[in-house]
Amino acid sequence: MDAASLAAYAALFLTAAVKAGTPLLYATLGETITERSGNLNLGVEGMMLMGAVAGFQFGLITRNPLFALTAAMLAASLGSLIFAFLTVTLRANQVVSGLSLTIFGAGIAGFIGQKLSGQVVPASVKAWFYPVKIPLLGDIPGIGQILFNHDILIYLSYMLAIGLGIYLFNTRKGLNLRAVGENPAAADAAGIGVSLYKYVHILAGGALCGLGGAYLSLVYVPAWQENITAGRGWIAVALVIFVAWNPYKALLGAFFFGGLDILGLYLQKFDIKVSQYIINMLPYIVTILVLVFTSIKKSKENAPPKALGVPYFREDR
Amino acid sequence: MSRKVTSIMLVIVLALSLVFTAGCGTGASNGKVKVGFVFIGPIKDGGWTEAHYNGMNYLKEQLKVETMYRELVPEGPESKKAIKELINAGCNVIFTTSFGYMDPTLEAAKENPKVKFFHCSGFKTAENMSNYFGRMYEPRYLSGIVAGLKTKTNKIGYVAAYEIPEVINGINAFTLGVQSVNPNAVVKVRWSHTWIDSALEKAAAVALLDDGCDVITQHNDSTATYIAAQERGAYAIGYNLDMPSAAPKAYMTAPVWNWGVYYVQEVKAIMEGTWKAAAYQGGIKEGLLDLAPLTEVAPPEAKAKVEEARKQIIDGTLQVFKGPIKDQSGNIKVPEGKTLNYEDTMSMDMNWFVQGVEGKIEVQK
Repeated sequence: MDAASLAAYAALFLTAAVKAGTPLLYATLGETITERSGNLNLGVEGMMLMGAVAGFQFGLITRNPLFALTAAMLAASLGSLIFAFLTVTLRANQVVSGLSLTIFGAGIAGFIGQKLSGQVVPASVKAWFYPVKIPLLGDIPGIGQILFNHDILIYLSYMLAIGLGIYLFNTRKGLNLRAVGENPAAADAAGIGVSLYKYVHILAGGALCGLGGAYLSLVYVPAWQENITAGRGWIAVALVIFVAWNPYKALLGAFFFGGLDILGLYLQKFDIKVSQYIINMLPYIVTILVLVFTSIKKSKENAPPKALGVPYFREDR
Repeated sequence: MSRKVTSIMLVIVLALSLVFTAGCGTGASNGKVKVGFVFIGPIKDGGWTEAHYNGMNYLKEQLKVETMYRELVPEGPESKKAIKELINAGCNVIFTTSFGYMDPTLEAAKENPKVKFFHCSGFKTAENMSNYFGRMYEPRYLSGIVAGLKTKTNKIGYVAAYEIPEVINGINAFTLGVQSVNPNAVVKVRWSHTWIDSALEKAAAVALLDDGCDVITQHNDSTATYIAAQERGAYAIGYNLDMPSAAPKAYMTAPVWNWGVYYVQEVKAIMEGTWKAAAYQGGIKEGLLDLAPLTEVAPPEAKAKVEEARKQIIDGTLQVFKGPIKDQSGNIKVPEGKTLNYEDTMSMDMNWFVQGVEGKIEVQK
């Protein structure tokens, strides 16, 4: 294989990596803003499944992509509302609540999905998600094909990542959110509505996880299949740590993890012996490495929100 | 404190609500034949389990017997619980339809000598336990003919689940079929290492299309590979079930299971009192499996060629694994005058690819 065709093959791999990373990116952005509010929601997998099944079902019924995506976001936020009620209002254990949300979401999705197997996404919905080349940017050699020759939801995910980065680091409300996650008592004393911030961001985070799930069932595959996320929600939980709760880094991290997901498939072309099982472990191995390095460096920038996982009692001030 | 209690209760309610989502048919025991099935996937999976479920419905229709099933039953000890539940509900004939149910089925057979057991795709039998499977390589070979005639790039992609004899012999039979009509074509294999992850199966198909393939087939349980082919203007061959609706512009045909043929035959024998436990393997001749009708997308010249080869398979003049067969490096693996039988193709010695396959098997030692 000569250098030119190798480069072309690599570009095809990277294009596929961006696509494979997109459901991860949505879920990671959702979980990032959730965790920034101090709540660890381990229900990502369940919320993605709820979004995936709701998006698919409403896509079939309404034949309208906007309704389908809205339904996906609403369904997943409904799941996160249960979590928010349990952990913010009732101050229940966040790990247990998140895990039950995962089991609950998988069950609901399986139940509703029973009748969806073998059904096809209507053409009117599919037409919305055909790849569209962005003028100028799409013509840059290499980069244009890899990043700017995709469907509309991928472009939306770029904008969301950048928008959430600006929100988190450059706006008053973003500062408040970070304060709630770092030190809710101080934020409360400063007059910030701690519970309101938590609720809003847990719900918005759920909606984004739902979009990630709907991306799988409506655009990526697109067909319904039992347990369609196949553990990608857990990868997103690891990814949030990997990108240090930073939406900008999430953009790169998601494509990196998406690439790892399909790397084995592209390597099988060559005479390289890499076991798929090793490749499946890589996202978790790199996450552990990142955890080790950040805790050695004690870097403040990469540390988790200080009050993450701790219920906030006003009385405890 | 009471808040904590409330929250714990809510969590329990959430967890319990799952239990009620599992569905199952019911019915009373009445001393007649009542047949229970244990399924690994959901009954509408569009693949393996749905093929068995269709077989169960065919049995119900033909013999008017009562049936019930448990779906989404994990392999291993959990499956024994499902078998027990079916027996408690009055089933006296049990079919377990995944490889990993083999030992639990055998244990249950020993504990319930009056119940008759059938295990799919394994190799153990007992006085009251049969096993059953089929020569899938026969319709795989036929589907290879269709692919070999269709390809323009002479590169055909094969998304495969795991490096096990059942999958490997399918790839080999398919490739032999391809080469019988198109000696220049190669079959490229990508291992997905999953039965059930449609997103990854799609990615594997895309990787093959990126590598220049224009016909894709698969040994996995979802329809994602056909969709991938359709999106790129390529063509696809399915597996398990005839599913042209998943990708009508790409789908050409599929090797399919007709489990109902076997289910009716065995339950009939039980009702007539002539049943004996055995190891059964059927092929096209027995009607257990076949190639689904070719769609309009399939090459027009394929129909006659497939029909001819199909007839020869039935009358025995064409045997898929008849020597001489060379492996990837050109060594004669099956010498002239020798033919691999069903047992050979399912044994652990089936760990090599025929000439014309591009891919690797990691042999475990």
